[in-house]
Amino acid sequence: MESRKEVVFGHLILVIGAFVALYPFVSVLLQALSPAPGSTAQGLTLENFIAAWTRGGFSRSLFNSALVAISVVVATAVAAVLAGYVLSVLKFKWRVLVFALLMIGLVLPSEARIIPLYNFFSSTGLLNTYWALILPQVASSLPLATFWMANYFSQLPDSLGEAAALDGAGEFQTLRYIYAPLGMSAVMTLSCLIFLYTWNEFMLALVLMPDNVAVQTAPLSLSFFAGNERTTEPEVIAAAAVLVALPVVIAYFLLQRRFMSGLLDGAVK
Amino acid sequence: MSASPLARTDAENRQPERAAGTAGRFVWRHTLYLVPGLVIYALFCLWPLAETVRFSFQRWDGITEPRWVGWRNYLAIFTDPQTLTVFGHGLIMIIFYAVLPLLIGLLIVAIMTRIRIRLLAVFRTVLFLPQILATVVVAVAWRWIYAYDGPINALLTAVGLGHLSRAWLGDFDTALNSVGLIGTWINFGLCMVLFIGGAQKIGRELYEAARLDGAGPFQEFMAVTLPGLRGEISIALVLTVTNALRNFDIVWNTTSGGPGTSTLVPSYLIYEGAFITRNVGFAAAASVVLTLLILVLTGVITRALRQRD
Repeated sequence: MESRKEVVFGHLILVIGAFVALYPFVSVLLQALSPAPGSTAQGLTLENFIAAWTRGGFSRSLFNSALVAISVVVATAVAAVLAGYVLSVLKFKWRVLVFALLMIGLVLPSEARIIPLYNFFSSTGLLNTYWALILPQVASSLPLATFWMANYFSQLPDSLGEAAALDGAGEFQTLRYIYAPLGMSAVMTLSCLIFLYTWNEFMLALVLMPDNVAVQTAPLSLSFFAGNERTTEPEVIAAAAVLVALPVVIAYFLLQRRFMSGLLDGAVK
Repeated sequence: MSASPLARTDAENRQPERAAGTAGRFVWRHTLYLVPGLVIYALFCLWPLAETVRFSFQRWDGITEPRWVGWRNYLAIFTDPQTLTVFGHGLIMIIFYAVLPLLIGLLIVAIMTRIRIRLLAVFRTVLFLPQILATVVVAVAWRWIYAYDGPINALLTAVGLGHLSRAWLGDFDTALNSVGLIGTWINFGLCMVLFIGGAQKIGRELYEAARLDGAGPFQEFMAVTLPGLRGEISIALVLTVTNALRNFDIVWNTTSGGPGTSTLVPSYLIYEGAFITRNVGFAAAASVVLTLLILVLTGVITRALRQRD
């Protein structure tokens, strides 16, 4: 029932859309691979990457980004599994209240808490440390993560917990040996999502770790590095941008199904 | 969309109590499970929010003693023409970040409903790429695209429109729209993926019925596709509108609000007031207004597009 003309036209549109979506990243990639002015290299070269890596200190900032993102993911996942279990399976008495409180955080923009966070970390001397970026991001990831896990656990049959109870397992053992292992797949999807958000976070990093190169994350380093256009060639900036994007892009292509379902399901909640 | 987590737990209330029998009773032990998460959440989300609201009623330079000024900061936001322009820019961003991608997505899905898409997984992955790139990377890429010696001007020159070429982000007339179009680029793939996915869930028989009734492609789209995509449209709008009003990263990394104040957006105004000009109370009030704007808009969108089933 589908006509050949419609099939060709439809796919043509998709190809154009895909081209537009790819073009900026591919053009930056090509720019990064082409020799900078004054370079003796011919054709494609990796020397811009080497220049960016050494001049921009990206080994340090990529490590910082990974450390912050992994800390946020692990802390959020543990807290969300515990909270999701007690809210859905154990049916915590005041769960409606807890869900309502978490609902606030789902839509709260960073702008609404950035000033007090800055004051808090500067008065405790934690400004320009990893803590200043980890703690607020655990807090902002928790609502989504908790809804996610509560929702997942509530879809599992009640008989699981009952069977465990008959075998003499306590509530925590039931979580540890039954619900937590079953929830691993949901935790993985969730972790991809939180990792992505944390890796890409910019405003919090800009405000909460502005002066300490040793802890700055990759997007912030890139922003400062790219701001010095007078001293840095565009080819080297492009290479730096590719370095910052690459870990997430690789993870995305390897785990695309998880990312996709995560981003789309995350939106529904 | 109708099955929000809250609604779901309410539904569970009505189910028979579990054999374990702890449901409905308050068990102290259970709060232990909540403590790690809720303590962090309260300290770094709820408490800062409350503080921001408190600051918004004060006049404070961040150093000396704050002074209580009532609603004066809010009054300033709604009467100062400059601030109103900045919030106006926020609304223009909604057109670029939300409305345009929505229309592009709908137009494309209208073409797609009649065919089976080959290589759908590949297209989805590629179309989604702009969503996962760090905004700073996106900004760097687009700075190059818009640059005076960048691809857009090269293309214009190649087709004989060289006189139109300019530094797109540095020109008073084009900077705001150029920043907005970056948002359109970030979000159009999201809309396409959402809508193509949604359209494939619409029953074939609905289309066949429409065709039997003699519906053309346009009527078919209005009568079958559009209502069928209600949920996806709602999700897309909630995400993209929120995105539009919080586009600090792109502005900071492309134009820094300039030239002049032509690309100043609310998030940027808040950052500037809070950390550069140190007009903390005003910045706090602006962030409360921004938050309320996001809340109201997303609330209206989800309510208006709620599935009636």
